[in-house]
This record gives sequence, C-alpha cells and structure tokens, in this order.
Amino acid sequence: MIALSDFLILGGLLFSIAVAGIFLNRKNVIILLMCIELMLLAVNMNFVAFSHFLQDTAGQIYVFFILTVAAAEAAIGLAILVVLFRSRQTINVQDLDTLKG
Amino acid sequence: MENVYLTIVLAPLLGSIIAGFFGGSIGRAGARWVTIIGVGISTLLSLYVLKLFIFDDQPVFNQAIYTWMVTDGISFEIGFLVDKLTALMIAVVTFVSLMVHIYTIGYMADDEHNWPKDSLAGRNSYQRFFSYISLFTFSMLMLVMSNNFLQLFFGWEAVGLVSYLLIGFWSTRESAIFANLKAFLVNRVGDFGFILGIAAIGMYFSSMDYAEVFAKAPELADARMPVWGDTTWSVMTVICVLLFIGAMGKSAQVPLHVWLPDSMEGPTPISALIHAATMVTAGIFMVARMSPLYELSEAALTFVMVIGATTAFFMGLVGLVQNDIKRVVAYSTLSQLGYMITALGASAYAAGIFHLMTHAFFKALLFLAAGSVIIAMHHNQDIRHMGGLRRYMPITWITALVGSLALIGFPGFSGFFSKDAIIEAVALSRVSGAGYATLLLTLGVFITALYSFRMYFLVFHGRGRMDEHTRHHLHESPPVVWVPLVLLAIPSVIIGWIAIEPLLFGDWFKDVIYVAPEHAVLAQLGEHYHGQWGFILHGLVAWPFWLAMAGLGLAAYVYWYLHARRPQLEDELRERFAWAYRVLDRKYGFDDFNQTVLAGGSRGLGETLWSAGDRKLIDGWIVNGSARAVGWFAQRARHLQTGYLYHYAIAMILGLVVLLALFVAL
Amino acid sequence: MGFEKFLFYVFAAITVVSAGMVVTRRNPVHAVLYLVLCFAATAVLWMLLEAEFLAIVLVLVYVGAVMVLFLFVVMMLDVDQAALKAQFIRFLPLGLAIALVMLALIVLVVGPANFGLEQFAKPAPAPADYSNTESLGKLLYTVYVYPFEIASVILLVAIVAAIRLTLRRRPDTKYIDPAKQVRVRKGPDRIRIVKMPVEGKVEAE
Repeated sequence: MIALSDFLILGGLLFSIAVAGIFLNRKNVIILLMCIELMLLAVNMNFVAFSHFLQDTAGQIYVFFILTVAAAEAAIGLAILVVLFRSRQTINVQDLDTLKG
Repeated sequence: MENVYLTIVLAPLLGSIIAGFFGGSIGRAGARWVTIIGVGISTLLSLYVLKLFIFDDQPVFNQAIYTWMVTDGISFEIGFLVDKLTALMIAVVTFVSLMVHIYTIGYMADDEHNWPKDSLAGRNSYQRFFSYISLFTFSMLMLVMSNNFLQLFFGWEAVGLVSYLLIGFWSTRESAIFANLKAFLVNRVGDFGFILGIAAIGMYFSSMDYAEVFAKAPELADARMPVWGDTTWSVMTVICVLLFIGAMGKSAQVPLHVWLPDSMEGPTPISALIHAATMVTAGIFMVARMSPLYELSEAALTFVMVIGATTAFFMGLVGLVQNDIKRVVAYSTLSQLGYMITALGASAYAAGIFHLMTHAFFKALLFLAAGSVIIAMHHNQDIRHMGGLRRYMPITWITALVGSLALIGFPGFSGFFSKDAIIEAVALSRVSGAGYATLLLTLGVFITALYSFRMYFLVFHGRGRMDEHTRHHLHESPPVVWVPLVLLAIPSVIIGWIAIEPLLFGDWFKDVIYVAPEHAVLAQLGEHYHGQWGFILHGLVAWPFWLAMAGLGLAAYVYWYLHARRPQLEDELRERFAWAYRVLDRKYGFDDFNQTVLAGGSRGLGETLWSAGDRKLIDGWIVNGSARAVGWFAQRARHLQTGYLYHYAIAMILGLVVLLALFVAL
Repeated sequence: MGFEKFLFYVFAAITVVSAGMVVTRRNPVHAVLYLVLCFAATAVLWMLLEAEFLAIVLVLVYVGAVMVLFLFVVMMLDVDQAALKAQFIRFLPLGLAIALVMLALIVLVVGPANFGLEQFAKPAPAPADYSNTESLGKLLYTVYVYPFEIASVILLVAIVAAIRLTLRRRPDTKYIDPAKQVRVRKGPDRIRIVKMPVEGKVEAE
C-alpha cells in the first residue's frame, strides 16, 4: 500500500529540486518563476495527500486557493517580466542589481 | 453683608473687564466712566463698611464664598475675612484708587503722544490703562479681604501681574520693558519664598484657613523641622521667614528692592497707586495679618526688624543723589516701607499699619504732585531743569509742601504721629537688633528731611532752569489733576490726628492683631500717652524732631539759600565727596551685583550648559551621535544588499534550513 | 506490489525526473515543456489520491492556461540562450548541497517513522456514487464562500494589473481620433486664406 510518507517525500523531493534550481539558474528569471511553480506544486501535493489520508475535503479547498493565487502570481510575474525586458532588453538576473546598497 | 463685600470686590473687576475687552467700542469716555463708577461704588461701600466697624460694632465676617476643591482634608476656597484691619485697608485702597482714577483722566489725556505713530498697542492705550488700574484694585481687594492663604497668594500674584503690565505700559520703550521684566523677576524670587512658606503651612497645619492656622499655631510654637542630618530648625521661624521673603519682594526690602526705583518707568498714576500707596504695602499688611505666627518666633522678628531698618536708612541715603523727580520719591517710598517693616519687627504691628495708612495718603499725594509737575514740564523729569515752579502752579506747590511735611514728620501732620510712634516703639523693643534699628531709624529721619526738601526746594523755589519754550507753557494742571491732590492733602494732614488714638492705643486691633505680652511695646507706649497734644509736645523734645528740623534747615540752606548764589554748588560737593557719591550713585552696587553675578552668572551657566551640555553632549553625542552611529552602521550594512535576487533567495532558504533543523533537533 | 503502487512509482519517477529537467535545461522552451510533463504526472498522482476534480483542474487550468502563458512569454522574448546558461556548472555543487541538506531534513520529519501506514492507515476507497466535485463544490459555496469570493477578486486584480503593466501607448502609430474630428469648429480650427499687402517693391539694380 502507498503510505502517506511516500507522498510527503515526493513533495519534499520536488521542493528540494526547485530550491536547487533557484541556485543553478542565475541567468534566467523565467526559470526562477518556474521553480516557484514547482515549489507550489510540492505544497499542493502535501495538501492533497493529507486531505486523502485524513479524509478531510478542506485540504483540497486549500489547493484550490493556492492554484488561484499561483495563477495570479504567474500572470503578474510574467507581466512584470515583459515590462522589464521591454525597458532593459535583458532578463539576466545578474544585470538586475539596481537595489544594490 | 456678603453681598456688600462681593460688590466691593467685583465692581472694579466688572469695570475692568468692560473697559478692557470692549474698550474699542465704548470709547475713551465710556472706559473712563465705567471704571470710575466701578471703583466709586467700591469706595462708597468700603467707607460704609468702615463706618459700620467704627460706630456700629459690626461683627467680624469670616466665611467661605466658594469652595474650589477639597483634597486630602485641605479645602481650597474663596472666602472673605472682614475685620477692622480689612475694613481699614479696603477703605485706604479704594479711596486712593479712586483718586488715582480721577487723576488719570488728566494725566493720560494726551497719551497718544507717548506712542509711535501707527503703534497697534497705542491705539486703545487710554482704555487699556483704565482697565489695568481697575483690575489692580480688584486684585488688591482680593488680597486684603482674603481669609485663606490660597486667595492671599492669588491676590499677591495678581497685583504682581498688573504691576508688570503697568510698569511696561509704554511697551515701545526699551527701558520700560527692561524695568517690568526686572520687577517681575525680582518678585519671582520673593514669591518663591512666599509659596514655600504657604506650602510649609499646608504641611504643618493641614489647612489654608487663617483662623484654623492661627488657632493651631501655639501648639507648634516649639516644633522643629529636620533639615539635614541632625540639624533642626524651628518650624515657626522657617514659615515666618519664608513668608517674609515674599513680603521683601513685594514691599521692596533690601536686597529685593532693586525693582522699585526702576518701576518708575510706568506712568505716574500707577507709581502713586501701586508702587507707593497700595501694592508695596501688601507685605506689611500680610505680616500684620500673620501676627499670631510672627509673635511665636523671636528670630523671625529680629530678621524682619534688621531688614526693615537697613532699608529705611540706606535707601534714604540713595535718595539724596537722585535727580529724577520720581526716583527721589521712589527711594523715599523704599525708606518709608523700611520704617513700616521695622515696626512690624518690633511687634508694633498697629504702628506699621498706621504708618501704612498715612503713608498711602501723603505718598500718593507726592507722586501725583510730581506727576502734575511732570505734565507741566512736558515730561522732563530732571529736577535740575526745574525750579521756581511755585509761581506757576500754586496748588501743586501747596499740596506738595503738605506732602513733604507729612513725609518728614512735621509735628501735627499725619506722618509725624505714625513715624514717631514707630521710632518710640522700636526704641522700647527688647527684640535683639532693636538698638541697631533705633539708631538707623532716628538717623533716617534726618536723611528723609534732607532729600525731601532738597527736591522740594529744587523744584518749587529758586530760579527756573528750564528752557524758554517750556517756561512759556508753564501753567497749573487742570482740575481733574489738582482735585485729587487736594482730596489727598486733606487726609495727609488730619488722618494722623484722628487715627492715632484708636489705632495705636485703643482697642481697634484688639482681636485682630495678636501681640505677645513680652513684646507689647505699644501698650507700654500707651501708658505715657495723654492725648494728641501731649504726643506732639513729647515729640518736640525728642531727637527725631530736631533731626528732621536739622535736615529741613540744611536742605533750605544748601538748596535754597546757597543754590541761588552758587548753582554749581552741588557739583562741587559731588567732587569733594566723590567716593561717597559713587557708592550712592551705584546704589551700593546691588544692581551691578545682580547684573554681573546673578544675571551674568546664570547667563554664563546657561551658556556653558548650552555649549557643553546641549550642543556638545545632547546635540553632538546623543542626537547627532545616534544618527551618526546609525549612519555608520548602515554604511557597512548596506553592503549586505547586493541587489541580486539569488542572494535574497539564499538568505531565505538558509533561514528555512536553520528553522527546519531546529524543528528536527527539538 | 499492487497496480496502484506500480502506478505511483512510475508517475512519481516521471514527476521527479521532469522536475530535474526543468531546472537543468538550457533552453527555456524545453524547461516549460518538461514542467508541463511534471504537472501532468502529478495530476495522475492526484487521481490516485481520489482528488479527481483537482487533477482535472490542474491539467485544464494550469497546463492549459498558465503553462501556455509561460510558453508564450518565453517565445515572445528574444533571449540570448547561450549567455543565459554560461555559469551553470559553477553553482551546481552549492545548489546540490543545500538541496540535499534540505531534503534530508524534510525526510527526517515526514519519513515513514512519523507518517507511515502505522500512523496513517490507508482509508477505505470511496463508494461508487461518491462525487469529489460535488462534495468540493458544497464545501466551497457554503463554508468557504467568502474566501472564494476574495480569491475571485484576487484574480480580477491580477488581470487588471497584468493588463496595466503590459499596456503601452505607441506614439508612432498614426490612427485618427474620430472624437477630435467631430470637435473641429469652423473658424479657428480650419484653414483660412489671408490676403496680405505686398511688402514694398523689389528694386532692380
């Protein structure tokens, strides 16, 4: 039988891969956004798994909301990205250091 | 009776409010009439009350009108205590005030010339002046009619405030502003002592009410208060001395006298009303009122007496070298206040109050006469530029002569009775310091006569030394000016004759002023008293009379006889006695001392605190220093902000890892 | 090893591998496509967890809309591919180390010791007439109706923000504003022909 821990470990794996991805990709903002999507997916995985094993539908409601927020975030993030590219002609993370102290 | 007393107090206040707040709309005549009617009502009622006390055995009124608050068992009230002392005081205050109101009509008639053109403060100055003097009358009445220490303090401060406002009345003159600030600040010193005294009374008696405090005073006669370590002071002495410090400020005793001569910067009517006749006597009234307390402390009485005698003599000396007509009178006021204070120190409270009353009349008279001269001289106040005025202003001349004779104590005039009684009483006193006081007071009589008649002869006799233009315009002042002079001259002559017997040797003050049996000098004096004629005859063979005559004679010889022949005589004398002149001209250096040591010292201290404490420590280290520290830290910390997204991400994830590790480990 | 377990391992493997591909591909188009694969595999796993509605939503909304949006942006931006991956290898050890530490910690917390079958038994399968969509809908429109509405507002705000951010006026486009045309008045706005006197004569030398 598949245990709850299997799903949770799968979620952890996805999350860790996303974290590693943030470090690996120092050049491309789009990949960073994708890594964030992966992280959210990992979280959703945990919610669905708990919802199933605890027999509580509320967990799935949460996933629903997270999907909503993730969609909004992706839309705005990509919009910002487009504007950024339009003004700077680059999406290289290393060039984006205006906030440097 | 309560309504009568309330009316006495509130009528001037009402007049003042109307004249002050609506002066612009009611105009000069309106302001004049509303205040004079207010004070007039007050005067009539006061005389009526006095009559009731004299002829009808009016019972003492001692009652709270309004309770402000009660805290910790002490009630703070507004209340009236009207006994014979109060009745006398309110009659004197309102009468002199009324005279001054009337006189002001003439004196301030051309006040707009004293202001620069387009001056905002000068626009309604006439109405404002009437409002102020009415307000002063109200404050003074509150002071003398009070039946508790809180209201006494209110009146005390209120008269001080009005005095401040009036000294600086011509607020566009720098010297006036300087003088009113000086008066206010010096009075603060005295008032600080005064409020400490009231606080001590509140602490030891748990009451603000006169009657309760006096009733409880004998219990505390031997009480002592710890000061520091094992040192203890007598409670009564501390209270009395502290209260007397307040009186020293208000009644201008050495060393807090410095404000009074400068207060002559104000218009002459208020010099007469406030700085001669009424407000400055508040200290004498207060000590007389507190006689049950002062009788319990021999040390305080000695202190009072020594201060008073010192003021009486040494301030009189300074009067000799003054050339400003008002300043001569001002120093004479200081000297006479010293006489009153000395009488209080000798437990001759009644004599002090008696002199207060006679002095109120003849000093107000002298001031108003001086004011009349000043009007005629077009506001030139230097007596060296006067002379021979008796031909031009006969009424002023006669009344000024009456005032001067009363001042030096010429037999038969009011000042004679009161001053002689004081000197006799002090001579009989056995309080330590009485010998010193007797000597100074007796010599003071000579000085008084000398400076009074120096001024008199220089002003009214001899050749006129004014310029042609002024001489051409010399004439007697209008009736509103000379009528008050005459009205004041009458009591200056006769009041002593009438009042000496009931006031000093009768039972007028029997239940009002308490004198311990061992201090009862006036009772002792009364044993030898056989009517006014006897008193006069006795006076004729005593030292003070001959000293006064000597002073008068010397003044006449030098300033009348010799002065006509050798006008430069005074300058020669001045050079001959240069050192003495310098001491007197510098007023013993009190002003210099205050200016350099106290004012300069505090300014230096403030300067040091400002530069070292404020600018360097607080501004430099604490305020700017903390800002600099934050700036320094931020300058270093800003390098943490690289601006790279992944550095922020790594910080967040590292934090996450640490938290997770903590969660696992725990 | 039952069929379910087999399915789980297969799709879990697909998920993990495609996630790894997402973060390692140089070409962002490939990365997006691997992300789509990852989501699809996840949807299958959610089916296993009896979350049918969410699985469908994930495929329809996420893969169908959001991922297409990603793809669209990636293709629209003219990005220099070679430069973007230049320093990839340099940061591999650090990224791996942190990820591994994190994974170890997560596994320590959620491993079989704490969340195994002993602690959380597999619930009985839902009956045949059970509808995941219906129960979710009942909950969503009753207990969670306010959060639901707030979520809709958030989406609205996101739409407005995205449009506002990317909207731009192009001054070089020459289109005609009919409103201005209508507003033209006779007189000052139109051409007038003015007659002027001749300014002096040219003098021939």
